[in-house]
Amino acid sequence: MKSKKLKFGIGIGIILAVVAWEAISGFQQSKTYYVTVNELTGGRTARERVRVGGVVAPGSIERRGGKVTFRLAQDANSVPVVYVGTDTLPDTFVGGAQAIVEGEYTAQGEFRAEKIQAKCASKYQAKPPGQAQATQDVSALDGPR
Amino acid sequence: MNEVGTIGLIAALAFAAYGVIAGALGGKLRSPRMVKSAERAAAAFFVSITLAIVALETQILTDNFHNAYVAAHSNRDLPLYYKIAVLWAGQEGSLLFWTWLLSIYGGLAVLLNRRKNRQLMPYVVAILMGTGVFFSSITFFVANPFGELSMVSAAGLQAFQPADGNGLNPLLQYHSMVIHPPMLYLGYVGFAVPFAFAMAALITRQLGDNWIRTTRRWTMVPWMFLGTGILLGGRWAYSVLGWGGYWGWDPVENASLLPWLAGTAFLHSVMIQEKRGMLKVWNIVLVITTFFLCIFGTFLTRSGIVSSVHAFAQSNIGPFFAVFLGIVLFFAVSLLFLRLEFLKSENKLDSMVSRESGFLFNNWILLAAVFAVLWGTIFPIISKAIEGQTVTVGAPFFNRVAVPIGLLLLLLTGAGPLLAWRKTSFQSLKRNFTLPLAVAVVVGAALFAGGIRHFYAWMSLFLCAFVAVCILQEFYKGARTRQKTGGENFLQAIYNLTMRNTRRYGGYVVHLGIVLLFVGFAGQAFQAKTKGLMQEGDELRLKDYVLRCSNIVSGDTPNYSYQKIQLEVSKDGRALGTLDPDRRFYKASQQPTSHVAIRSSLTEDLYTVLAGQDPDSGKAIVEVFVNPLVAWVWIGGFVTFLGTLLAMVPSRVERQMAEMRQAQEVAVRASNAL
Repeated sequence: MKSKKLKFGIGIGIILAVVAWEAISGFQQSKTYYVTVNELTGGRTARERVRVGGVVAPGSIERRGGKVTFRLAQDANSVPVVYVGTDTLPDTFVGGAQAIVEGEYTAQGEFRAEKIQAKCASKYQAKPPGQAQATQDVSALDGPR
Repeated sequence: MNEVGTIGLIAALAFAAYGVIAGALGGKLRSPRMVKSAERAAAAFFVSITLAIVALETQILTDNFHNAYVAAHSNRDLPLYYKIAVLWAGQEGSLLFWTWLLSIYGGLAVLLNRRKNRQLMPYVVAILMGTGVFFSSITFFVANPFGELSMVSAAGLQAFQPADGNGLNPLLQYHSMVIHPPMLYLGYVGFAVPFAFAMAALITRQLGDNWIRTTRRWTMVPWMFLGTGILLGGRWAYSVLGWGGYWGWDPVENASLLPWLAGTAFLHSVMIQEKRGMLKVWNIVLVITTFFLCIFGTFLTRSGIVSSVHAFAQSNIGPFFAVFLGIVLFFAVSLLFLRLEFLKSENKLDSMVSRESGFLFNNWILLAAVFAVLWGTIFPIISKAIEGQTVTVGAPFFNRVAVPIGLLLLLLTGAGPLLAWRKTSFQSLKRNFTLPLAVAVVVGAALFAGGIRHFYAWMSLFLCAFVAVCILQEFYKGARTRQKTGGENFLQAIYNLTMRNTRRYGGYVVHLGIVLLFVGFAGQAFQAKTKGLMQEGDELRLKDYVLRCSNIVSGDTPNYSYQKIQLEVSKDGRALGTLDPDRRFYKASQQPTSHVAIRSSLTEDLYTVLAGQDPDSGKAIVEVFVNPLVAWVWIGGFVTFLGTLLAMVPSRVERQMAEMRQAQEVAVRASNAL
């Protein structure tokens, strides 16, 4: 009986060890720091693998020779980003969109992004003025009057 | 119409609050009149929320863009079925929808149990209505869908109605997206019922297996909906997002998986309590965990606390949810501690090789999965709190942890049900497992010879063979026995066998569905992809496929304009027809999306995406994936769904028992009348 329990213990131990090893190495492999543009320009981060959240500065997207560059902004700060990834950029990647770029921040102060995720900003604000009939006049969208 | 909705919400809030008080007092004072009144309040809660739903849906369908929610999420040219879905396309509407489903579950729970479980019901009503108070007040005070647009002009604040709405998010304009959220919510919300019964059992100290037997179907229904909802979400991601996969370990996906895992553990461990009177505390813990994770999932999705591709924008409902979660946890755990003495186990674990231990392993593994997924999902929050730095973990972490855990579960799916209660002898192990193991070894060798070297994929298919034979063997053995004794033919025997014990054989069908799911998962290891720029006449090759661009066309519909590329597909020189992925530009929301085209077969999917246009050459960017075995994920999901339905059908034995009870009652009443 005792040896049976021991055998089970060893079996469970091996399983736990495998799962723990997978967990730790998977963690090391995929852990990424997440900062905002302000934190990045404020030098508050190590220059290793990092994700940066901000807004794609409107009008800053340039596509030249298959290379895409733009500025990722937050408040008054912004960083130049060059896209070096292979995936096709998402449809939501447009000026004014909230974006998360993943990659490395070089010593020259340029961000080399391998991945870009973008999410459309709240739509009423995203519509360029003039296109929607009364956008600039809409004062409040919240709550019952 | 907005006034009607607001009145509905206020009334719902009032009825729910009254239901809590009347239920709790009625139970405490044992006043049948008050309990009756509480049950009526649950019905009135349903009616009031329905009124609010009708008020919102009417405005959506009649294009009333004076309503801020309708203006933000709908537009005139949206097809009807998508307009219906606008109800759950945004934060406010989906919370209202959540509340409505809760009122339906609550109403049904009262209706179906009003004659049974007299002692439990008052508290069940109180707890369901307590949840109702929270959700209707969130909907009324914080995320109200009946807000109206106004604008400031020279004349002061004026009502404002835009000519057209912003439109439904194009990514949501896909057929399975219309039913995916309702399914998911039916799952999330439904776990409130077993939770309420568990709490009522704790309050009344009625801690036998009565609450468990009553809630068996109430647990299976949401479990089935949640699982189906998750898979439909995967199906949507696969067909719409265009990255070639169906599961990306996004926080929102994880949020739906967590209660499903905990619910699966609960469904299994209650069987030990029913059969052996063990694990009583554990079962309560599991039902609390499941319900908690359901609310937590809603919170995670809605509060913007973790960044996700699907999460709604940052919103202010987070703190309210956090408080509610705190209350739920505090209330449930303190109640559990107060009643610990009533939850003593009636039996001990006899052997490490027994059905009980199989269930126990299953529980540990499922909970380990819950823990790992939860840890990875909220790690950004934890690291921010501890280190001051937000650290996220990605898909590699989840995949590496989930795969070994999943494989262990798969093994138990086949082996567990074949172990005997209490203790399994070596003889019976040998008898039950020789054939499955032999078949699995043959399959494994064939796969290896066929060139499969990916360890986890190989292991997964090996175990799939093992488990499938384990299950089929059970059907075969049972049917043979019936044939020998009853003279039925084989198919009759299978049918009668299943209908006699739907719970057991329905469970086996569910397990078969899980096997098929894992077959599909294993295929993921062999995905191949390529990408190319194409114009008319260009060719792209992937594995044995050749895709030739025959035409690029553009067109226009009221809702969107599109560009479509026609790809003539051939494999080994044999023409297989055309695939035409397109790119749509939705007019109301001013957003482009890609629509993938898939050629699906049982062995593999050819998956094509028109990803965009190359700005330099003007050529179309085409991405092509070959995804082996993906179809089995959907088939497996469907089989699981059917199996769960089967397990809910009352078995013949159950029906006979019910008839006997009824006959007895009639006899007793008759003798009393005399």
